[in-house]
Amino acid sequence: MSSVLVLVESDQGAMAPATHEALAFARDFAAAAGLAVHALVCGTESGMAVEAGAHGAASVHVADHPLLDDYGPEAWGETLAQAITQYAPAVVVACGTDRGNEVMAQAAARLDLPFVANCTEVEPGATEMTRTQWGGSLLEQVTLDASTRMLSVAPHAFEGSLAAVPGAGMMDMFAPVLDDSLSRTKIVDRVVLSSGITLSTAPVVIGGGRGVGSAEAYAPLEELAELLGGRVGCSRAVTNNGWRPHSDQVGQTGTRIAPELYIACGISGAIQHWVGAKASKNILAINTDNEANMVTKAGHAVIGDLHTLIPAITAEVKKRKGL
Amino acid sequence: MRILTLIKRVPAPGARINVTDDEQSVNTANLGFTMSPHEECAVEGAVQLIEQHGGESTVLTLGPAEAEEQLRYAASIGINNAVLMDNGGEDWDPQRTAKAIGDAIEQLEAEDGPFDLILFGNESADSGGFQVGVRVAHRLDRPMVNGIKGIDVEGDVIVARREVDAGVEVYKMPKPAILGVKEGLNLPRYPTMKGRLASKKVEINAVPPVADAGGQVKVRLLRPVETVSNTVVLGTDESAAPAVVDLFEELGVL
Ligand SMILES: Cc1cc2nc3c(=O)[nH]c(=O)nc-3n(C[C@H](O)[C@H](O)[C@H](O)COP(=O)(O)OP(=O)(O)OC[C@H]3O[C@@H](n4cnc5c(N)ncnc54)[C@H](O)[C@@H]3O)c2cc1C
Ligand SMILES: Nc1ncnc2c1ncn2[C@@H]1O[C@H](COP(=O)(O)O)[C@@H](O)[C@H]1O
Repeated sequence: MSSVLVLVESDQGAMAPATHEALAFARDFAAAAGLAVHALVCGTESGMAVEAGAHGAASVHVADHPLLDDYGPEAWGETLAQAITQYAPAVVVACGTDRGNEVMAQAAARLDLPFVANCTEVEPGATEMTRTQWGGSLLEQVTLDASTRMLSVAPHAFEGSLAAVPGAGMMDMFAPVLDDSLSRTKIVDRVVLSSGITLSTAPVVIGGGRGVGSAEAYAPLEELAELLGGRVGCSRAVTNNGWRPHSDQVGQTGTRIAPELYIACGISGAIQHWVGAKASKNILAINTDNEANMVTKAGHAVIGDLHTLIPAITAEVKKRKGL
Repeated sequence: MRILTLIKRVPAPGARINVTDDEQSVNTANLGFTMSPHEECAVEGAVQLIEQHGGESTVLTLGPAEAEEQLRYAASIGINNAVLMDNGGEDWDPQRTAKAIGDAIEQLEAEDGPFDLILFGNESADSGGFQVGVRVAHRLDRPMVNGIKGIDVEGDVIVARREVDAGVEVYKMPKPAILGVKEGLNLPRYPTMKGRLASKKVEINAVPPVADAGGQVKVRLLRPVETVSNTVVLGTDESAAPAVVDLFEELGVL
């Protein structure tokens, strides 16, 4: 039986949660298309075959080579290309993360095959699919003409879950032939940042846009974020002005957030900002303009000046917390 | 050092992106044009590296004749040379785009020598294919890493840093190399009046593109289902604070 081959994304032996999304997609897709689910692990296996099996993989090819003991886009891409040549899957799937898309592009370049990034819907034949453009602000329907169909699924488009009927997760060793020169793009060093709440994991994000007015004027937002155990975020107008670092930017070319509550202050809600904020469970917009896109799309809003409102909210929070 | 930067002209939409009636493109009536913020940072990065190490920088685009606007913008902040590959503004798939760009780079290098560094954006702002740079790098047999937010040139070695959730990954590549850069690499400067004037004089080198279409074909564009919200307005001034904090309590974030 022909297969859907899922690229397992892993870092130092641990499977990326995004791979669960790719496996969940592949499981349903394979069932509809009459294909088997296979997975490809690059480098140190350390239990990932069992994990891939629990998420539906019948067979797990483990590519073992010294060059694969840490991530490198060229060695991983070449390995995937060789696995595609050897196992001839009908469809190859990764999750559309930085690494997922990068390895797929490397393999597609080597095989001169098309590669469709960030799909949200795929027909069982994988000749027609819908993919994201503009970071998800727009969708594109495409047709794909290729001997092997390579695609990634847009992050969060499919929910990762254990398979109702687990796959066997049968391990099969695969020995790619990799030239030493491919070590040129292998990671040589890592700087580990102190863990804390990040923008993408914070339960509350307080976003400040151009309406905040200056770098100094973020102090009240910082204070409120601290009280709520959250983080301050911002729009691109703000990073462009040099008021906040780019790591605080929410949106198409910044971070995608999904907090319990996003408080968007002085942010108009341009489409490129909105795509990064729309996964928030609740949105409170604070804006002087009641027609701002952020206001009309939010569940709650205060139509007023953030400079007086934020301190008033902070005072009220302190009062209720008895501080 | 010789650096090449690849940029793509795209519309600059506001609160929503509208699609034309034939569903083939973004409705650009009343819209300005720009490039991806990633590419703006690539251009700034090229200018800074040349300022530090000497040499010259080139910018190249494949697109409509009007993409001259983006080339001149790059020149206005300090890029030296500009190349326009006029494809009449047709929508080219990533394989075709990469082939045409690869051909052009080979031609430019045959004339003036190799580029030590070629910078792409992490992805195009509009089509977001995440692959043109990787394909070109494979064609030229050069090391390529995408998602770069830090670049240092140390002799013949390019040191590149990529941000991930847990921290930063460091890559060291021999020259010539190719990088896909992300916004946050730097803070792009604004053009000065002098820069704008100088950019008008930069000669635009025309390289006609030829390449066959690849296997991904656009059928139509459509807008995702929009969130409709009946926004509850909690107030218009600081007297709204108690209602806001009630909401915090209701959501369990206090
Ligand atoms: C390809 C591309 C990618 C992009 N990626 C991103 C991205 O990742 N993230 C991003 O944010 N943007 C991105 N942008 C930029 C985006 O289009 C907008 O320019 C940007 O989001 C605007 O930021 P803003 O809302 O802070 O500013 P503005 O649009 O200027 O809005 C300011 C808002 O503040 C309000 N305001 C002013 N004073 C006050 C006050 N005292 N109290 C309350 N409200 C007040 C105003 O009513 C207005 O609504 C991208 C653009 C492009 C072309
Ligand atoms: N038409 C084009 N002209 C010049 N550069 C391009 C073009 N299309 C893509 N690129 C470059 O390739 C990068 C990745 O594009 P993509 O694979 O479309 O996401 C972009 O950020 C640009 O640097």
